[in-house]
Amino acid sequence: MNYMKSLRILVVMALVVALFSFAAFAQDEGQYGGTFIFGRGGDSVGLDPIQVTDGESFKVTQQIYDTLVMFEPGTTDVIPGLAKEWEVSEDGKTWTFYLREGVNFHDGNPVNAEAIKWNFERWGYEDHPYHIGGEFTYYGYMFQDYPGVIQEVNAVDEYTVEFVLTQPQGPFLNNLAMVSFGIASPEAVKEHGEDYFKNPVGSGPFKFVEWRQGDRVILEANEDYWGGRPYLDEVIFRSIPDNGARYMELKAGSIDMMDYINPEDVASVEDNEDLDLLLRPSFNVGYFAMHQDFEPFDNLQVRKAFAHAINKEALIGAFYAGLAEPAKNPLPPSIWGYNDEIEDYPYDLERAKELLTEAGYPDGFEFDFYYMPVPRPYFPQPKMVAQAIQYYLSQIGVTANLLSYDWGTYLDKYYADELQTYILGWTGDNGDPDNFLYVLLDQTQNNCGYENEELHQILLEAQKSVDKEERTELYKEAQEIIHADVPWVPIAHSTPPLVKKTMVKNYIPNPTSTEKLHRVWLDE
Amino acid sequence: MTSYIIKRLLALIPVIIGVALVVFLIVHLIPGDPAQTMLGERATKEAIEQLRESMGLNEPLYVQFYEFFKGLLSGDLGRSLMSNNPVLSEISVRFPATLELSFFALFFAVIVGIPAGIFAATHQNSIFDNMSMLVALIGVSMPIFWLGLMLIWLFGVILGWLPPSSRLSVGVDLHFITNIYTIDSILTLNWVAFKDAISHLVLPAIALGTIPMAMIARMTRSSMLEVLKQDYIRTAYSKGLQDRIVVYKHALKNAFIPIITVVGLQFGVLLGGAVLTETIFSWPGLGKYLVDAIYARDFPVVQGGILFFATTFVFVNLLVDISYAAIDPRIEYS
Repeated sequence: MNYMKSLRILVVMALVVALFSFAAFAQDEGQYGGTFIFGRGGDSVGLDPIQVTDGESFKVTQQIYDTLVMFEPGTTDVIPGLAKEWEVSEDGKTWTFYLREGVNFHDGNPVNAEAIKWNFERWGYEDHPYHIGGEFTYYGYMFQDYPGVIQEVNAVDEYTVEFVLTQPQGPFLNNLAMVSFGIASPEAVKEHGEDYFKNPVGSGPFKFVEWRQGDRVILEANEDYWGGRPYLDEVIFRSIPDNGARYMELKAGSIDMMDYINPEDVASVEDNEDLDLLLRPSFNVGYFAMHQDFEPFDNLQVRKAFAHAINKEALIGAFYAGLAEPAKNPLPPSIWGYNDEIEDYPYDLERAKELLTEAGYPDGFEFDFYYMPVPRPYFPQPKMVAQAIQYYLSQIGVTANLLSYDWGTYLDKYYADELQTYILGWTGDNGDPDNFLYVLLDQTQNNCGYENEELHQILLEAQKSVDKEERTELYKEAQEIIHADVPWVPIAHSTPPLVKKTMVKNYIPNPTSTEKLHRVWLDE
Repeated sequence: MTSYIIKRLLALIPVIIGVALVVFLIVHLIPGDPAQTMLGERATKEAIEQLRESMGLNEPLYVQFYEFFKGLLSGDLGRSLMSNNPVLSEISVRFPATLELSFFALFFAVIVGIPAGIFAATHQNSIFDNMSMLVALIGVSMPIFWLGLMLIWLFGVILGWLPPSSRLSVGVDLHFITNIYTIDSILTLNWVAFKDAISHLVLPAIALGTIPMAMIARMTRSSMLEVLKQDYIRTAYSKGLQDRIVVYKHALKNAFIPIITVVGLQFGVLLGGAVLTETIFSWPGLGKYLVDAIYARDFPVVQGGILFFATTFVFVNLLVDISYAAIDPRIEYS
């Protein structure tokens, strides 16, 4: 109990620290100068943001590139980026963006309507001469194929660009804010061809200097950044794969900030007055899924019984170092459309046993339960969580056989609908509810044998609307249906911790996992 | 001797073809799909299919092998499926890092292991003998990741004597030529970088070198003990030769063949097995890179990397065989 209490204090203090650093931003002018070194778990895969899907690449490309619109610091609300304003036609099919004037790429070429058009055509047209060097994965994914919903992009004049869509796309603006759609200098792409990913040129707050593969990426301030010259002179991202070693580097002072700290080290950050803990607002969900193609999980009573049998609070206390909140919806609370009126199935073993009896399994049953072999933000310790769930289920007389595969095979079996029950999760892309509810639970998408035609229609309707209020209502309704059907037991929304030296000021974590660093400064 | 070396080099060709075929088959037959791994949790069935198509994974296996082997003959190992980086360019950056670390680890293992083994053998059953063999036993059984973290904690964090990890401090500039930093800094007469690179090597070299050190010490001891019991040693002593001369000139030379064998094998193992050390010390070497590629099912990288390791291993063995002749004139190759 004391442990839980101290954790709560820890979380509150971390929030206070976060608030203070925000307040410092509001009142204080930062200091210019210095090198900021961020320690992270792995190297970037590539520095062309449209070609990569990993967070370590996005951390860096977020600094090098700008997007048309972007996320407000700390939220998923959309604010101006390269476009200073925009409008949408009544039918929701034509979007017009008005660009900032006088912005240049790091190679000196202008960021204008032609450059924007060129980028979208490079990404979307498979016969474009520079649609090479990778798979353009996120384009196809967010815009539903190549060129998908974007029928054409027109440069109306030097600083006006128009998008004509084949159909209204609710999450369109949120999509454009994603770090994947960073605008590259067309000249640089033409110059480097397939090797562009090693020679990135954007218009963002930091310019690319050097990439020592497996070791570090070095960036320097863009003096002419349209959002103001960054406070920092230099930013270095260092790859330090081992969590424990990375924390020691922070304590030794050779890095200024890190992510992915081991849960057991969180408490010691609090004892160290040179270090602060920051919590990233949750943008994910970790869940326990029951595949309805397998008996007895086609039985709603059984699924409900499981929902009652798992103690989420205790799991979070034990395996997230308290750095998470229990999930009752698939959607994390940081995203608009979250339905807070839903009441979670309480932890109640008696009720769970009753439900099992009603379902015709008074003596329980045996089944296979798969857990992921790798930690993810939503399950930092998947095996331990699985063992705990196994224990909870044994309390209602059900026997779970714990199994796992390596990560590639695990996903393979998941997509092939071969996992009877499993834990898995999702981290959002664009801060839109569609990106959780449709992608994970629509009957054409999910991998837990869940079908509900009513839900399907609601999700499709919400996808086509560009009216945020209307969409909010639809998504709230969708969450009620999902709650009643229990395709999963949602477990937790984790708030990934970041640790920084106290001298690092004004670092505001964004739910989407990356943030621009031009307003960060060092109090040296 | 020359004809022997040429023969051995020619024998490399079937070895490499064999390795290429086996690696190719293993990599393609184990379950797990690179397209799936790449798309992670977020992939529709269509997206996976499309990705497989564009990666060329839907071609029949023999076509894929033909493409791979054709590239191999022209020195092209292909491009990584994940990063699109040419595999050869990645290897040329990462292998020097692994080579440098392995070399220093082996250097540490040899300069500590051999003298310790000799001393233990010449002072058999003394306290020192027992102690050093106990230390060697602990060394053999010590988990590298634990030893590595303890070294970082003690020398990097508490004492602050040595940098905790990576190859070069932030702010130290170096012009890269071979990507072996100690050599590059000597070539460019950059002594600041040289000192910095050496200081970064100490901890990982000790962590990586501890197990080989212990094995070399034990092998040296037992090999020396065997030789020291031979008649000619007794003869040497009875001639009134000094202890030092008997041990180093007469005994050690004859005890050296098994020691060299262990050193050579260990070097091969170090080159391929530095994954844990590379992970703990953030050392951007080939081992860690290859393991990541295996998890990601990045076929070209796995194929290229393993082929490269296999070739290196064969070369190290060749060097060991040649050195036998140099040490023991009774051994001749033809």
